[in-house]
Amino acid sequence: MTSNNGYLSGSNLERVLKNGHFAVTAELGPPQNADREVIRKKAALLKGYCDAVNLTDNQTAIVRMSSIGAGTLLVQEGLEPVIQMTCRDRNRLAMQSDLLGAYALGMRNLLCLSGDHQTFGNHPEAKNVYDIDSVHMVQMVAGMRDRRIFQNGEAFKGQEPRFFVGAAESPFAHPVDFRPYRLAKKVKAGADFIQTQLVYDIEAFKIFMEKVRALGIHKQTYLMAGVGPLKSPAMAKYMIENVPGILIPNSLINRMNQAGAPWAGKSKDELTKEDKKARSAAWGAQGIQICVELIQQLRQIEGVAGVHIMAIEWEDAVKAIVEGAGLYPRPEVSRE
Amino acid sequence: MIVAEQKSLEEIKKLVGTAKKVLVVGCGTCVTVCFAGGSREAAIVAAELRMASKLDGNNKSVADVTVQRQCEWEYLDTIAEQVKDVDVVLSLGCGIGVQAIAEHFPNTWVVPGLNTRFMGLPTEQGIWAERCAACGDCVLGLTGGVCPIARCSKSLLNGPCGGSIDGHCEVNAEIPCGWQLIYDRLSSMGKLEALMDIQPPKNWRAARDGGPRKIVREDLRLGKEE
Repeated sequence: MTSNNGYLSGSNLERVLKNGHFAVTAELGPPQNADREVIRKKAALLKGYCDAVNLTDNQTAIVRMSSIGAGTLLVQEGLEPVIQMTCRDRNRLAMQSDLLGAYALGMRNLLCLSGDHQTFGNHPEAKNVYDIDSVHMVQMVAGMRDRRIFQNGEAFKGQEPRFFVGAAESPFAHPVDFRPYRLAKKVKAGADFIQTQLVYDIEAFKIFMEKVRALGIHKQTYLMAGVGPLKSPAMAKYMIENVPGILIPNSLINRMNQAGAPWAGKSKDELTKEDKKARSAAWGAQGIQICVELIQQLRQIEGVAGVHIMAIEWEDAVKAIVEGAGLYPRPEVSRE
Repeated sequence: MIVAEQKSLEEIKKLVGTAKKVLVVGCGTCVTVCFAGGSREAAIVAAELRMASKLDGNNKSVADVTVQRQCEWEYLDTIAEQVKDVDVVLSLGCGIGVQAIAEHFPNTWVVPGLNTRFMGLPTEQGIWAERCAACGDCVLGLTGGVCPIARCSKSLLNGPCGGSIDGHCEVNAEIPCGWQLIYDRLSSMGKLEALMDIQPPKNWRAARDGGPRKIVREDLRLGKEE
């Protein structure tokens, strides 16, 4: 059964993509507390500048407000959430029951993830779950929607949860040669859209996309490239060294360094508070400019259906990026 | 083999407590091979406990003995007399050995001297690594003989995740990425197409998740007496 005039979920994100618009999603990190105002404030920064907002699920294995809880607040604020769910914290029972609840609360998009291992986070002694993997999660949620069955194959009656189902891919994680094929598996499992790990190296990403196109995957799913503004040269260095699958070309590092050049060569003590503030602003402006250019280049690549902006704890950068990339205002696609 | 390592002497002392007569029981099988609880280690732990108890001023009588396999009743029968005579048995067997002693000698207090770590093998002198998680439904035929359950930190059946980098796992650089190993093995054998199929969710009932497991082999059972 399909509803919503042929849409799978009828979500805004699905409608924007299906109607051929270059889609924009942004990421919102829920707080490490129960304060709804944090979500409201961040939502206000993103409202109107993206088609849907990803809510991370205990990102980096640190306890935060649940993505479904935060998503409910977002719906109340008039934004559309993409619920992220990892295989780390829930078994198949918990996943399905939470998704029934999430749908009932108005959520329509889901991103299925393996999840960062719990040893990274603030509860490294926790038992890991990994009952099913992200490919299975995609299959399960598509099955609940399209065949109205639970993971065990049992049919259920009544309203089925109709999610627009997403999965992630990290184009430059290893083994690199296998990545397009793993993406193909996720699409075969039923992924309606894909959001990638952060892309900074356009040339490397073009090679990845060539393989994706050769497999025909770009015609079976909507692939959104991950982008994010660099905050400082140190952040770039940290990501290269610590985050698997992040490639940042030297040319971009050099641009970040040049942005901070007026303050270079001075020791910490020589820099006043104002100096540091001005340097951060200069770095930030360059980071945003680089991000804008990356989006413009990604948009030219065949098979890239949109961008997913990850401005981690820097949600107010999204407005400048979206405007700078010429992606504002966001399209309004009717439900008809 | 089952790979174990010794608890600290501090913890062992606490477990033995105020017992006066102690019997340290080694095991001649897996834990001998991994140098954690064989006859040599049993003798050393016994000597350490004797010395420690002298220093602490509560002289204990500590003997040691090693059986061929702590996990089989018939081998435990050989130490029945010694066990009867002591306040506590310190087992240097794996967790199975400790429980076998508890089951076989219901009136004996037994404590573990080892932490049972995993099922694995020595990769080089002094290094052991996990290889099997006893999931009860072997998938090695799908993955070229490299186990995704035991060797992927997330036990992914359709890996690798995005955390695989330079051949190692995102958890730390000391852990080889199980899925990189699977990929390399299948690649070198010309069998990469095996990775194109989506492997279905695992039936964890065959693993510990289905509750404590038991195998009954009717063909091997002794006939019940009439």
